[in-house]
Amino acid sequence: MPVAYELSHLQTLEAEAIHIIREVAAEFERPVLLFSGGKDSAVMLHVAVKAFAPAKLPFPVMHVDTGHNFPEVIEYRDRRVAELGLRLVVASVQDAIDAGKVVEETGPRASRNRLQTVPLLDAIEQHRFDAVFGGGRRDEEKARAKERVFSFRDEFGQWDPKNQRPELWNLYNGRHRQGEHIRVFPLSNWTELDIWQYIAAEQVPLPSIYFAHRRRVFERDGMWLAESEHVTLLPGEEVVEKMVRYRTVGDATITGAVESTASTPEEIVAETAVTRLTERGATRGDDRISEAGMEDRKREGYF
Amino acid sequence: MELLRFATAGSVDDGKSTLIGRLLYDSKAIFEDQLEAVERTSRDRGDEYTNLALLTDGLRAEREQGITIDVAYRYFSTPKRKFVIADTPGHIQYTRNMVTGASTADLALILVDARKGVLEQSRRHAFLASLLGIPHLVVCVNKMDLVDWSRERFEEIKAEFRAFAMKLEVRDLSFVPISALHGDNVVTRSANSPWYEGAPLLHHLEEVHIASDRNLIDARLPVQLVIRPQHQTDHELHDYRGYAGTVAGGVLKPGDQVVVLPSGFTSTIAAIDGPDGKPVEEAFSPMAVTVRLTDDIDVSRGDMICRDRNRPHVGQDLEAMVCWLTADSALRPGAKLAIKHTTRWGRALVKDLQYRLDVNTLHRDEAAPALELNEIGRVRLRTTVPLFFDEYRRNRTTGSFILVDETTNNTVGAGMILGPTDVP
Ligand SMILES: Nc1nc2c(ncn2[C@@H]2O[C@H](COP(=O)(O)OP(=O)(O)O)[C@@H](O)[C@H]2O)c(=O)[nH]1
Repeated sequence: MPVAYELSHLQTLEAEAIHIIREVAAEFERPVLLFSGGKDSAVMLHVAVKAFAPAKLPFPVMHVDTGHNFPEVIEYRDRRVAELGLRLVVASVQDAIDAGKVVEETGPRASRNRLQTVPLLDAIEQHRFDAVFGGGRRDEEKARAKERVFSFRDEFGQWDPKNQRPELWNLYNGRHRQGEHIRVFPLSNWTELDIWQYIAAEQVPLPSIYFAHRRRVFERDGMWLAESEHVTLLPGEEVVEKMVRYRTVGDATITGAVESTASTPEEIVAETAVTRLTERGATRGDDRISEAGMEDRKREGYF
Repeated sequence: MELLRFATAGSVDDGKSTLIGRLLYDSKAIFEDQLEAVERTSRDRGDEYTNLALLTDGLRAEREQGITIDVAYRYFSTPKRKFVIADTPGHIQYTRNMVTGASTADLALILVDARKGVLEQSRRHAFLASLLGIPHLVVCVNKMDLVDWSRERFEEIKAEFRAFAMKLEVRDLSFVPISALHGDNVVTRSANSPWYEGAPLLHHLEEVHIASDRNLIDARLPVQLVIRPQHQTDHELHDYRGYAGTVAGGVLKPGDQVVVLPSGFTSTIAAIDGPDGKPVEEAFSPMAVTVRLTDDIDVSRGDMICRDRNRPHVGQDLEAMVCWLTADSALRPGAKLAIKHTTRWGRALVKDLQYRLDVNTLHRDEAAPALELNEIGRVRLRTTVPLFFDEYRRNRTTGSFILVDETTNNTVGAGMILGPTDVP
């Protein structure tokens, strides 16, 4: 123990996240943790498990499944659920399409990202979840930079950025009426670099696609997209094999890989520390659509 | 690497956004795609140069109106520290926003336009920083390029600010002459101010000593929840009973004699488990831990574990400075509200509004009938449950509370405890 009673930035961030997660467990009746298999949700789950050790995680996890997955991510999801003895709820975009609740986008650039909002809100309603943990970080995107840790959603799941509750000290206000819920972001103050440093320090398990591997990819909109059954090549697009890794994991049809040889969390920390592009700018087609893309989706009830 | 949280304050056009953009840009926290977006917008708007202020613009409403509307958070780090900036806008709603953004800040950065000098608003910012118990205050005298880097002007502003700050509780006050637009004295020392002997702003932010700002004397653990694995087969786990919480003050160690409030039962700390489940030798703020006691006593959420001989105030009557945060209602004597203090919820009755404080002049208006949005006053409260509290100036965690409207569920008040009512 340090004599100076100092905590490192990672210890401080972890303590803050644990405090938030415990507050939710104590004050809400039916929390759920969004677990996509992506690195942020992997870190959030890791911290949540620590918050209640040696007891088990006292709430289920939920995956909003676009159906356009990387098989490595689904395999990872199921493995973590089994290892930690979790209860998994799957909200399926395919089911929502089949039920006619949402309409599949068409064209070569079609993605199911935006379609996730409906099954997400349906599942929240069906399971009567009153608190939903998300792995969002304020450094990801400008609209997120303003969102509270406890983010109130009305009975339609909507976020009103102009009318947020003041949030002071570590006194979180989760009071809500029936049908309303709170989105909770325990990793609000983490940056991408913090996430990778934490993964390295804690040896948080991740899907293999986060580490450098050979993959058949093609270039579109300045990103390397994976060849897959869900995407149609446009004229002039050509598949090549490259050493790549993913910085984020989303709908496989619009999530780009970056060229990299980093095969361990430590090597990724080193790469991240000098990278000159944000992870969304580099690899997420959905955020490039418009500068206000994220804000509009968040208002509708997106993550 | 330590984490430093700071809040920025300035009136409109003092250059706050430019300064933050500059800090992010010069510390390489800005990515190429973000910079390109800003360059594009600057060009579209017809700006002559890349407007770094755009980097800190968030929501669509702001883009449309060209103003910041609420608190936004920014992050950057240097090899020495990681920084979290709470960026609060400087217009009418200022008090509410600054209180919201700055409640956990280690440091407040106040901008003053060198041409305009210390304005009423600068005084208000300094007062709010001191009210919130922010230990370090840095005054950036900006736009020094527009006053020809006049040393006299800088000294004049410094003297005037100091004179006002004397009336406040400010522990550590420093001044830096800068030009946010050109980057002078922000990251590197400027050749334009050979007379300035202090450090550039970033250096100051990296070096200011914050570890001793925390209360390491009064041991306080507000219990968040009880951890009981109730394992069927593993006997050790079957009997495990731990009290999880975030240390709010002091240092806790295995072997310490402790008392649990409100029951008053005493016991001894058997072990402290850290977040990795491994034993911790000493727990201090803001560590999240789980404490086990040698005796099987009744402890639940909202209870407080502390040292037998160093207890917080226990009571239902207290006095506090309250900042009112909503336009939907006003705080009046007789009002009943929900109150959250540490991990405890209760209800509070406003017994009395002793005075309303003019945040610009510090004048006390004892005839004020109510506190409206953005107003601050001294109130007397009676709560339905006993609270375990310290003076805010002694402990920002056990000395603070929020007030919540029971119909709208909105957070409407922020309170800083002065002490129990019976103390003069
Ligand atoms: N000459 C000069 N202009 C500045 C300086 N800092 C900011 N400005 C300009 O002052 C105006 C207001 O700055 P801005 O950062 O938007 O102010 P904010 O309202 O406090 O965020 C802009 O036109 C800036 O370019 C400075 O150090 N020198």
